[in-house]
Amino acid sequence: MNLISVKNLAVKYGGNTVLQKVDLDIEQGEIVTVVGPNGSGKTSLLKAIIGAVEPATGLVTLKPELKIGYVPQRLNFNPTLPITVERFMRLTAKAETKSCITALETAGVPELLKGQMSELSGGQFQRVLLASALLGCPEILLLDEATQGLDQPGSAAFYRQIEAVRRDTGCAVLMISHDLHVVMSASDRVICLNGHVCCAGTPAVVASTPEYKALFGDGTDGALALYRHDHDHHHDNSAKIHEVAD
Amino acid sequence: MLDDFMMRATLAGIGVSLAAAPLGCFVVWRRMAYFGDATAHAAILGVALSLALDVSIFAGALLVSLVMAWTVTQLSVRGYAMDTLLGVLAHSTLAVGLVVVSFLSGVRIDLMAYLFGDILAVSRADLAIIWAGAVLVIALISWRWSSLLITTLNEELAYASGLNPNREKLILTLALGITVAVAIKVVGVLLIVAMLIIPTAAARSLARTPEAMAFMGALIGIISTAAGLRAAYIFDTPTGPSIVCVASVFFTIFSIIVPVRNKRF
Repeated sequence: MNLISVKNLAVKYGGNTVLQKVDLDIEQGEIVTVVGPNGSGKTSLLKAIIGAVEPATGLVTLKPELKIGYVPQRLNFNPTLPITVERFMRLTAKAETKSCITALETAGVPELLKGQMSELSGGQFQRVLLASALLGCPEILLLDEATQGLDQPGSAAFYRQIEAVRRDTGCAVLMISHDLHVVMSASDRVICLNGHVCCAGTPAVVASTPEYKALFGDGTDGALALYRHDHDHHHDNSAKIHEVAD
Repeated sequence: MLDDFMMRATLAGIGVSLAAAPLGCFVVWRRMAYFGDATAHAAILGVALSLALDVSIFAGALLVSLVMAWTVTQLSVRGYAMDTLLGVLAHSTLAVGLVVVSFLSGVRIDLMAYLFGDILAVSRADLAIIWAGAVLVIALISWRWSSLLITTLNEELAYASGLNPNREKLILTLALGITVAVAIKVVGVLLIVAMLIIPTAAARSLARTPEAMAFMGALIGIISTAAGLRAAYIFDTPTGPSIVCVASVFFTIFSIIVPVRNKRF
């Protein structure tokens, strides 16, 4: 059975349709990257999956008792809230200190256990959020713009971490990214969203070519890949969709 | 022991400080200071209506502040420009309340007592209501503590953890309404938010966990109450403002002595 099954989903805010006719199935252990420009409805898709918005039409079905590990954007953190990394991790999952350390090791930052959330760097913060999501032994990780605010080597390192987590735990990954052309190379599928599904495919693995080295340098170890869009239509300024004849 | 008005005043202040600390933490973390002001100011309208209808002031203030808090929560969901909206609501309800009070020609009202509190006039019955309200607020917030924290940190994270952030926000709304109603007698509608945010904000620089911030906030609130009452007695100054002055001194001192790196305001 699919972990997540989205059928003919539409999401509306007031009279404004942000998402329509979206079909998406996520199987055990696969990595799916959803890319799209700002306002393309990719965050709404994630919100519909976790139940934060009601679908206007269509159906979102989760596997019964699905264990979700959610990695939010860092944006909302308020520094007036004093909280250690350990306390933060144990808020969403009943866990012992030992499991927290293990999860932080998996995320690559075991030394941060006693640190203050408000004093972490961008990369450390994302890794703590990841560790916190891993604490509940999720069957699927949902990542909302997880590499926002990270530089390219930082994103690459984070992607390698996700890849390792999938390899070690077998959990599926649904990742949302605003970067239209550079995606995680371990993605099994890439879905391009702009109000609806524009195209879907696999990332091109070209890590050994000189062009790749020129683009990403040596520090990214092949964690990044280019995604070639294959749209059969284009969007004009009024958001109307024009089919393009083959 | 309760025959002494200073003792009753101190106990009333302690009750309000205890309830204000955990709630005040969320007011600071969720940037709800103006929301608190709107709710507290609306309570003066509740006071006016209670006097007109000859019902308990606690009940009137509680009802109106709950209606106000609930209305603002609903409007915020619909995405109004909150800053302006809260400014409009806070001051118009205060103004309407003051105008309504002026129509009540039959009763002679000491308006200052409701605006700035009259802690020295706290009766045994008042004390019972204040402590009942305080216990209720503490119980509500302790019960939902972790869920409220998750909701405050990130609403999507709350949904993904199987919580309903709107229900958690309703708990805060309810706690705020109760706190406003019981704090009127102690510091008055104009200074209630001060009791919510100043002790907890002072505690922020010292605390490393959310719980520590609430406990230290309560402690600072209690010390401010005791010292403020004493100062008011010695220097013959108004009690509510004196208590808030002491709390502000704590805030200033802790903000200065804690390293710049940790300043969050």
